[in-house]
Amino acid sequence: MRIIYLIAAAIMLVAASGIAFADGSGDPTAVKSEDGKYLDKEGNPTYKVQADGTVDWYTYSGYRRYHSECHVCHGPDGMGSSYAPALKDSLKTMSYGDFMGVVASGRKNVTTSQENVMPAFGDNPNVACYMDDLYIYLRARANDAVGRVRPAKHEDKSKAYTDAEKSCMGH
Amino acid sequence: MRKVLLATGMSAMAVFAAGSATANDELNKMSQNPAEWVMPTGDYANTRYSKLKQITAANVGKLQVAWTFSTGVLRGHEGGPLIVGNTMYVHTPFPNKVYALDLANENKIIWAYEPKQDPNVIPVMCCDTVNRGVAYADGKIFLHQADDKLVALDSKTGKVAWSVANGDPSKGQTGTSAPMIVKDKVLVGTSGGEFGVQCSMTAYNIKDGKQVWKAYSEGPDDQILVDPEKTTALGKPVGKDSSTKTWEGDQWKIGGGCTWGWLAYDPSLDLVYYGSGNPSTWNPKQRPGDNKWSMTIWARNPDNGMAKWVYQMTPHDEWDYDGVNEMILTDQTIDGKARKLLTHFDRNGLGYTLDRADGELLVAQKYDPKVNWTSGVDMNKSSPTYGRPKVLDSASTEKGGEDHNTKGICPAALGSKDEQPAAYSPDTQLFYVPTNHVCMDYEPFKVSYTAGQPYVGATLSMYPPPGETNMGNFIAWDGKTGKIVWSNKEQFSVWSGALATAGGVVFYGTLEGYLKAVDAKTGKELYKFKTPSGIIGNVTTYEHAGKQYIAVLSGVGGWAGIGLAAGLTDPTAGLGAVGGYAALTNYTALGGALTVFSLPAQ
Repeated sequence: MRIIYLIAAAIMLVAASGIAFADGSGDPTAVKSEDGKYLDKEGNPTYKVQADGTVDWYTYSGYRRYHSECHVCHGPDGMGSSYAPALKDSLKTMSYGDFMGVVASGRKNVTTSQENVMPAFGDNPNVACYMDDLYIYLRARANDAVGRVRPAKHEDKSKAYTDAEKSCMGH
Repeated sequence: MRKVLLATGMSAMAVFAAGSATANDELNKMSQNPAEWVMPTGDYANTRYSKLKQITAANVGKLQVAWTFSTGVLRGHEGGPLIVGNTMYVHTPFPNKVYALDLANENKIIWAYEPKQDPNVIPVMCCDTVNRGVAYADGKIFLHQADDKLVALDSKTGKVAWSVANGDPSKGQTGTSAPMIVKDKVLVGTSGGEFGVQCSMTAYNIKDGKQVWKAYSEGPDDQILVDPEKTTALGKPVGKDSSTKTWEGDQWKIGGGCTWGWLAYDPSLDLVYYGSGNPSTWNPKQRPGDNKWSMTIWARNPDNGMAKWVYQMTPHDEWDYDGVNEMILTDQTIDGKARKLLTHFDRNGLGYTLDRADGELLVAQKYDPKVNWTSGVDMNKSSPTYGRPKVLDSASTEKGGEDHNTKGICPAALGSKDEQPAAYSPDTQLFYVPTNHVCMDYEPFKVSYTAGQPYVGATLSMYPPPGETNMGNFIAWDGKTGKIVWSNKEQFSVWSGALATAGGVVFYGTLEGYLKAVDAKTGKELYKFKTPSGIIGNVTTYEHAGKQYIAVLSGVGGWAGIGLAAGLTDPTAGLGAVGGYAALTNYTALGGALTVFSLPAQ
């Protein structure tokens, strides 16, 4: 009898961890990398955290860009604020495509009690050039793969990334 | 004959007085009546002190809620109500409703005003859709809307008398500040320091909204309204092109220096005082130079806007230490000499005392002992760096450079104090200062400017000073010596404007939602009551039908609601650290409400 309970608990644990490793775009496990950008089995951008805590460049860059462009509304570390929702939670159900669409075009959630408005960032190079970085960082936050602090160690910026950044930012 | 002469003389004088216009004589007089609270700052000197003394240190413990009023708006409620005669005027954050309440008739709503504004202005407001209150004069209520429109409403009916566009929200120019009425003019500032706005202070005629002058914080002399010979900085003429020569190229055009703080006015010197905010962007490497006149205390002539004197507190800002906080005007004796003083608690953590007639710097001392970006201000008048703060390399994000994370800077960008105004009691000659006790890591990096889009350029993380858990203090400060007299720890930043009273009691609100009363002499807590939501509003007092009331707006939000909602983390705790410090969301939720207190009937 006791053993059965234990087995049931074990099954629940497996199920729980299954849930923890899925978000709005499915299983975030990185299956391949292209020039320092990791992709999941669906081909969506994703994070990679090594055993010693080293994060991929995009996660680190996303942390920095988030805390410049996004946190003034969405709060530190994707935790939300009195003003805007916690993106750490939003990305649990929001897909990569939806995320890109909202950041580029903005959104309005108007209810009888609140008017939540997010602007369109498609024309703002400080955001538009770093959409994947932001997505990957927040995807890592949504899956608790990185904590609430600045990632201590990160992979280097690849040459391909540096070139793309320069051409996108125009400097 | 004598009678006739007298009559003519008197009516001629009356005509003369009406001709030199005088909304502010009326206002000045009304502001001396402690039963009313006719301007957002309480009085022109910004002391937030009331002569009312029915509520005393001995009886404040018995305070009760007399009545409450829901504003019907969520979001951060800054500022406080006005009380003019039997009417109370309550404002809200976006959509910027205004209610006129009848204090003589069960606080019934006499009229309510709600402007139609494009909701696209909401995300252009950097730190919540706050509004710091309305102003009254000449039978009108003046509202500075989120979309940077200034609107004059009939104070009896709420009908729009006139409205004028002060700026363009599609370029990031927004309105959050409370207007101030001086003589026949209404003065309003601009918000938008995180959007590369070239910010200004503007005066409009109260009769028709016609613009009288506009003075930018940076730009050519004719735009910033300085006279190269007559306008002084620390006693010396500022000279030609004092602003533009401290910027690279035409960066001053997107230079920030916003003007969203409180104004003060000295009728005898006929000068208005206010501060300008951070230079845009937050990345100091991208804008070499002193970036004048951002981060500056301004003294201007209210009739034509010309600057009498300026003092730049934080040349070439590297930390977002906006200089907008209120200027408090007092008459005190220093070294046996009666002085007309101006005291200012800057975001940069220094408490400044200046002579407000000529801008002479008298005191500049840290009002939070943890302030560590500077070793202090050079007070040697013959030194080439006189009046400048000495920046320590360890906290210099300019020295660290782009893509370098400078750690452990105190205070954080929130400042040792933000817009929440301090109070001054002439009885104790002490200032009562609501403070933040938060430090930060700051990493600047290169950004591009796009009109109407955020122009920030730095990554920040914030946390309490190492080894401490309280994120705020409420302190008493001696402005003559620059010393803390007493200091009470608060779990969260104190983001509520203080009130000092002749009853020997000082009031303030907390982010958890407590209205607190403390002894003005000792700081001892005498009373607290938890209101419906966190308090970022300013405490007000008035008297109605012989009874003293204390009023405060609750409604958590603002920058505090954004930065502290989820709690801060300890950056040294390493990977996987979870909320090292208290989260505001565990204490309070959104909701605008006015709570009014009084003593129970005897």
